[in-house]
Amino acid sequence: MSHLVSIDNVDMRYGGASGTLAVSGLTMRVDKREFAAVVGPSGCGKSTLMKLVTGLHIPQTGVVVVAGQQVTKPVSIVGMAFQNPTMLPWRTTLENILLPLEIVEKHRHRLRANKKEYVEKAERLLEIVGLKGFGSKFPWQLSGGMQQRANLCRALIHEPELLMLDEPFGALDAFTREELWCVIRDLHAAQGVTIILVTHDLREAVFLADKIFVMSSRPGRILKEHHVPFERPRDLEIMYQAGFNDMVHELHGEIAKARVAA
Amino acid sequence: MSAVLESPPVVAKPVMARINWVKAAPWLYTIALFVAWELLVIALDMPPTVLPAPTDVFGAIAKYWSPIWKNSIQTLYTTTLGFAIAVVAGLAIGLFIGWSKTIYAGLYPLMIGFNAIPKVALVPILVIWFGIGTVPAVLTAFLISFFPIVVNVATGLATIEPETEDVLRALGAKKMDIMLKVGIPRSMPYFFGSLKVAITLAFVGSVVSETVASNYGLGNMMSSAQSQFNVPLVFAGLLMLAIEGIVMYAIMAWLERRMTGWAHRSTMAQ
Repeated sequence: MSHLVSIDNVDMRYGGASGTLAVSGLTMRVDKREFAAVVGPSGCGKSTLMKLVTGLHIPQTGVVVVAGQQVTKPVSIVGMAFQNPTMLPWRTTLENILLPLEIVEKHRHRLRANKKEYVEKAERLLEIVGLKGFGSKFPWQLSGGMQQRANLCRALIHEPELLMLDEPFGALDAFTREELWCVIRDLHAAQGVTIILVTHDLREAVFLADKIFVMSSRPGRILKEHHVPFERPRDLEIMYQAGFNDMVHELHGEIAKARVAA
Repeated sequence: MSAVLESPPVVAKPVMARINWVKAAPWLYTIALFVAWELLVIALDMPPTVLPAPTDVFGAIAKYWSPIWKNSIQTLYTTTLGFAIAVVAGLAIGLFIGWSKTIYAGLYPLMIGFNAIPKVALVPILVIWFGIGTVPAVLTAFLISFFPIVVNVATGLATIEPETEDVLRALGAKKMDIMLKVGIPRSMPYFFGSLKVAITLAFVGSVVSETVASNYGLGNMMSSAQSQFNVPLVFAGLLMLAIEGIVMYAIMAWLERRMTGWAHRSTMAQ
C-alpha cells in the first residue's frame, strides 16, 4: 500500500450522458515520493487527470484513491500550479504565498496566532526558489519566471503530500525553464513530496521524472509506462547524452503514433 | 556620448518651456471654449433669448447667486443621496447576481429590460407614490445610476480565472472563501470604475425629476427660468450642473486611483 495515488479504470464524461468522453479506462499508480510525468497529444485529457486526482471532478465510473482514501470531494493534501501563475495582483508575493493557509482547514484557525512562523516558512521557500527578498513586491513587479517561482511556493506552503503541476513552465523561455527544472528537481529531493507533472515537453519529462505515462488521444487512457533509468541527482548535462535522447525520441514516436490513431 | 552629458550651460528656461502644458491644458481649452462661444454670439449677433454669451451667463450667476446656490445645493443633495443608495444597493445586488451562474443568467435579462425603460417615464409613478419634491428626485437618481454599478460588480465576480478557482477549491475552499479572498477584491476595480459613470448618470436622473416634478433644485429653476424667457439663467443652471458633475467625477476618479491603484499596474488594466 505504498501508492499515494491510484486510479482504476476511470471514465470521465463531460456534459451529461451524450457529452464528450475525456478519459476512458484510465488506470495509473504513483508511489509516495515518486516523480511522475504525464505526456500525450494535446486534448488527451491531461487536465482532466489533474482534476480527478485533486477531487475537483468525481469520475462517473472507476475509483480514484489518494493517500488511502477514495476521492469524493476536493482533497486538501495537494498543491496545484498551472501554466498561468494566477497570482492575485492586490496581494504582495508573500501574501499570495500565504493564501492557501487561509483556506486549508488545518492551518486557517492558527494562521493569525502563528503568523510569524508561517511567514518564516514562506520566506524559506522563497529563498529555495531564488526569490529571497521579493516577498514584499507585488506580482506585477515580477517577471513571468519569477511569478512562476512564487506560484511554486504557493503550491508548497501548506506542505502538501502531492504536488500537481499542469505545464507550469510552458510560457517561459528556454533558459528560465531549465533553471526552474533544477528548482523543482531540488525541491523534490529536499521535501520528499510526490509530484505529478503534466507536460508537452518531452525533455522536461525525461529530465525530471522517475516514471513517465504516455496517454492516448481522446478519450484518454495510459498507452505505456516508462521508467526513467537515470541516476539522481541529475545534471542538465544528461540532456546531451545518447541515452537521454533515445528516450525522448522513443516517447516522441509513441505520441506521434497516438496522434495518428486519433 | 560623454561630450553630450557634460554640464550644459546654466540658462534660465524660457517661460514657454517652464509651463506644464499637459496640466494647463484643461483650463486653457475651457477658456478657449468660452472665448469661441463669446465670439460666435458677437459675430452672429445672437439675441440673449436664443443664445446668451458667456458674459451674460456669468452675469446671471452673479445676479441670481442666492437662488442658484440654494438650488445647486438641493440638486447636489438629491444626486449624492440617490447615488449613495445606488452604491449600496448596486454593490449588494451585484454581489448577489455574481454569486452564481444561475442567478446571473436569470436576473441579467430582467436588469437589461429594466435599464431600457426611460427613467423619465417612471417619474410620474414615483410622484403618485411619494408626491413631488425631494423623494422622487433621489429615487430617479438612484434608479438611473445603480445599473452600471450592478453590471460591473457582477462582471468582476463572474470573470474569476477558472485556474484560481481550481487552486482554491482543491484546497477545500467554500464558495464564501472564494468570494471573500478573490471575487470581491477582484471586482473592486470594476466597482470603482463604474462609480464615475454612475455619478454622472445620477445627475441626469435628479435633474430630470426636478424638472418634471419638484419645486426645488436646478432642474426646477431652469424650467421656470425657461418659462419666463430668462435664457441666461437657464444657461447659468447648466453651467452649475456641469461644474458639479466635473467635481463629483474628479472625486470618484481620485477614489478609484486611491483604492485600486494595483489594477492600473497589473494586467487587469490592459
